[in-house]
Amino acid sequence: MSKVIVNGKAEGIVLKTINPINFLGAVDKKTGMIHDKKYDIFEKSIKDTVLVFPHGVGSSVGAYTIYSLKSHQSAPLAMICQKADLAVASGCALANIPMIIVSPEKFNSIQDGEEIKINTNSPNIIN
Amino acid sequence: MELTKEEQKALNGEMGETLQTAYRILLATGEATNAEKLIPIKWAHLSGVNYNTIGDSGEEFLRELSKDARVEVKATVNPMGIDFDHISEFEHIDDEFIKKQASIRDSYIRMGVEPTFSCTPYDIFDLPEKNTQVSFAESNAAIFANSLGGLKTNKESAFSALASAITGKSPYSDLRKDDITIPMTIRMKMDNPNELDFGMLGFFAGKVGDTSVNISGVSQPNRRSCKALCGGMGTSGTCAKFQFIDDTEGDKSEKIDFGKEEMNEVYDELNTAEKGDLITLGSPQLGLEEISDLSKMLHGKSFQKRCMIFCSRAVQEQARNLNYTNEIERAGGEILSDCCTCLTPLIDTNETDAVTTNSIKGAYYLKNSTGVDVNLKPLSKIIEDETK
Repeated sequence: MSKVIVNGKAEGIVLKTINPINFLGAVDKKTGMIHDKKYDIFEKSIKDTVLVFPHGVGSSVGAYTIYSLKSHQSAPLAMICQKADLAVASGCALANIPMIIVSPEKFNSIQDGEEIKINTNSPNIIN
Repeated sequence: MELTKEEQKALNGEMGETLQTAYRILLATGEATNAEKLIPIKWAHLSGVNYNTIGDSGEEFLRELSKDARVEVKATVNPMGIDFDHISEFEHIDDEFIKKQASIRDSYIRMGVEPTFSCTPYDIFDLPEKNTQVSFAESNAAIFANSLGGLKTNKESAFSALASAITGKSPYSDLRKDDITIPMTIRMKMDNPNELDFGMLGFFAGKVGDTSVNISGVSQPNRRSCKALCGGMGTSGTCAKFQFIDDTEGDKSEKIDFGKEEMNEVYDELNTAEKGDLITLGSPQLGLEEISDLSKMLHGKSFQKRCMIFCSRAVQEQARNLNYTNEIERAGGEILSDCCTCLTPLIDTNETDAVTTNSIKGAYYLKNSTGVDVNLKPLSKIIEDETK
């Protein structure tokens, strides 16, 4: 079962990480580049991707990072998580980035690099 | 989540753009935490005040929002990046930073917040009666409120707390309910832990715990250690509440030990230098009791290098009235307010390779955001090694 946190439509290439993301600490708020070596997507940009990650961690100000990415046209097209945290949910809400929560099985089935379509108003949210 | 007719109207934009934005945020955070409704809250503590963290888009957002938005309930705010009273002593801070930080400060004041600029609202105000619903975004303050203050809050985000301040409401999530079951117990296996050990315990617990954890094997830590525990826990994960229990209790929960090995792992992750070029005390900002202790510990001694001491403006004023600051300033300590070790540009990275601190939260942000190495020591050891 998928759960919609923020409504919307998106279509793009999946960037998937197994690391929970600390938006304040690990993401450049202008470019979307991951600059923390501990991440498996180190030195990749989350700009214009469908970002798939377990959940957000760390500072409550991470929500502003998501908003900043959107203002700099460097935000992901959509986010898919296994667990919702308030920084990511509220950041996506303000920045109008579609966000959904999926089951562990669904999460595991999504492959890095695959093309994915999201439409939160359709019965099949992910295609 | 079910909204009332009134709330639905606000969400549809019938009561203006500001409330629509606020309800859009509350709806998303309500869905994210499986809340069935919104409930009134009495106090919101906001993060997202430091220009260093929210940047130009954050500054613009708040400037626009504050034209119209006003807080509906008591609202306090987190530290800024700088102390305006001492800014002329820090020549490396550029005018642009000062201008943007002043704009953010003024936007919050325009919205009607109390200008506390502190990550320790629990050190400034008497806490409301037990079980009062609040919305605290600063993670150490949320954990303190839930675990030691008897209050109830989500681990709010900057935007969810702001939306709560503007509407006076927050999603009725699990952490706000009375009957939550805590699925995990961390067994503290270190004897006579100091505040640094408590910070590391918190950092570890935050990593392994989900929403809340029990902690056993700990007896009556002092306030400095409690704050270190809250700060460490808030930094590493999503955990928003702990509960001290006796070893015999909570038998059904999963047990995880925090011993020498686990502690060394945290220490090795965050301690990257043998010594620091300067010392910082305060993340979380020091309370009156901690300032008083510090002044006693410094009696007849002087720092051998720069030491920045962060406390809230309110605590600094109280400490001055009680003459606790004399001994600290005589010893060479610089007392700074409205900002904190975490994410302050006051630490000049052109002149500083490493910082000595007793704060795990401070260490994490010094290393990962400021970009300096960290030398971790408990306060007693800092006084022993760094003063004469």
